[in-house]
Amino acid sequence: MSGHATYEFRNPLVRWIEARLPIFSTIRGQAVDFPTPRNLNYWWTFGGIAATMLVVQILTGIVLVMHFTPHVDLAFDSVEKIMRDVNYGWLLRWLHANGASFFFIAVYIHMFRGLYYGSYKSPREVLWMIGVIIFIAMMATAFMGYVLPWGQMSYWGAVVITNLFSAFPVIGETIVQWLWGGFSVDNPTLQRFFSLHYLLPFVLAALVFLHIWALHVVGNNNPDGLDVKSPEDTLPFHPYYTMKDLYAILVFFLVYLGFVFYSPWYLGHSINFAPANPLSTPAHIVPEWYFLPQYAMLRAVPDKLGGVLVMFGSLIILLFLPWLDTSKVRSNRYRPLGRFFFWLFVIACITLGIAGAQPAEGAWLITARIATVFYFAYFLVILPLLGQMERPKPMPATITEAVLSRARH
Amino acid sequence: MTTFIDQEATRRDFLFIATGTVGAAGTALALWPFIDQMNPDASVLALASTEFDMAPLQPGQGVTIKWRGKPIFIRHRTEEEIKKAKETPLAELKDPIARNANLPPDAPATDENRVKDANGKVNEKYLVQIGICTHLGCVPLGESGDYHGWFCPCHGSHYDQAGRIRKGPAPRNLDIPPYRYVSDTKIVIG
Repeated sequence: MSGHATYEFRNPLVRWIEARLPIFSTIRGQAVDFPTPRNLNYWWTFGGIAATMLVVQILTGIVLVMHFTPHVDLAFDSVEKIMRDVNYGWLLRWLHANGASFFFIAVYIHMFRGLYYGSYKSPREVLWMIGVIIFIAMMATAFMGYVLPWGQMSYWGAVVITNLFSAFPVIGETIVQWLWGGFSVDNPTLQRFFSLHYLLPFVLAALVFLHIWALHVVGNNNPDGLDVKSPEDTLPFHPYYTMKDLYAILVFFLVYLGFVFYSPWYLGHSINFAPANPLSTPAHIVPEWYFLPQYAMLRAVPDKLGGVLVMFGSLIILLFLPWLDTSKVRSNRYRPLGRFFFWLFVIACITLGIAGAQPAEGAWLITARIATVFYFAYFLVILPLLGQMERPKPMPATITEAVLSRARH
Repeated sequence: MTTFIDQEATRRDFLFIATGTVGAAGTALALWPFIDQMNPDASVLALASTEFDMAPLQPGQGVTIKWRGKPIFIRHRTEEEIKKAKETPLAELKDPIARNANLPPDAPATDENRVKDANGKVNEKYLVQIGICTHLGCVPLGESGDYHGWFCPCHGSHYDQAGRIRKGPAPRNLDIPPYRYVSDTKIVIG
């Protein structure tokens, strides 16, 4: 935003390094003095929370790998050893397993916030698209991580998800055998999933770096969706937002650790405490809660290939959102109709999540179909038309004006 | 927080410092499980003692058994070896300390002190030592070296018939593990 900041440092060692690698001025300019809109609310803290959860997942993951054995005969027992014998192994494993859930909670809230306040609109299209790619990559990471304990749900989850690719005509079966490294989900599958589950988080970290880079080029959006026009519209990132983010992280951790310490298996499935058995599928196969909306869409379509395309399409369509939403106004604060449909969209997503956990039959199947249609209609019909039809509410000229007018009430 | 430097401490200052402190303290406390997970766990510690019956060993025979993943040399010494070890004057030893975990840390390296168990029982026929060179951790070869004791092929350390360092870079005599006799020939190590 402010371009290259020029800083003079007094310490001669700092000056020497600075002349060769401008790391100190970069930290000052990007992490300390970075001008941040003064009106950010607590929904803006979920980006920092999500980044913190990625760090927690990488750290707990690295130490879990020290005790895990990626082999079909040993994986389940090595996880049980972590739970029973390894010092604090129970804590590290529950931090990691629940950490995945809370990473998704943070990311979903972060995405809905972007959706509500129009954070994907010009000039933040690339920022948003990198975010969508992060979302897809973390779904792949979470899926492969869930397979590693090699319990019943791990195994059958792997079978079902890899079989998605068999829906593609002609090449489907070849792709699936390539993914498996054999004719069924077996040891080669487990070992490659382990390798990729270790790799992808670092890819995620690199993508997060790009995400933050793009953010720092265009600057934060804000609840009023207004551009920063003068220095008085902003506050330095540190200490105002470092401390606000940290406070939010601490509150988030209270809830996260509440699950870890008091109900660590609440978000999982008890059937995964039984070792994988390739000869017997459990009666009710359900993914983890964070995949339920996508799972509901998969099952809502009565055609194998159609279901797969709809499920992947529900993710890919997010990449095109910046051009599907035609409204010039960013924030739904000033879009009465946009706000109405946004909340309908939230309800549709939650409904899909609930439907995804139920057997795909009767009223739940019909509900899932209606919600799926609405999900796509929101992007393909409602948002494009709304930009033309909606009459936005009057907007303040600047962020400062918006803040002060609210303070007066 | 240079912006506030000339003012009285505000409520906001307090909140900043309180939040920062809780964050820093929480991170510091969370560090311990990440460190402790690398320590030997209870199942490893439970395997800490090993029993061995030396009765089948003939004079001049030795075996190597495993205790806590380390090699333990157990040798039934010949009369000749015992005699030579006892005749060695302490002044000739590079390391004059017994290095016997069953004795006080300053016990002298007499042959008797090298074969004493935790209850003070001495059976000079049987020498029990940790088979790890005190130089850099290789396993020495038996019945070899200038003193016909042990010789470490890695960097040329010579140990005598009582496992005492005589020549080469190793700083200490071979360590004697904690052990005790439970019968005339049976010992429990650890």
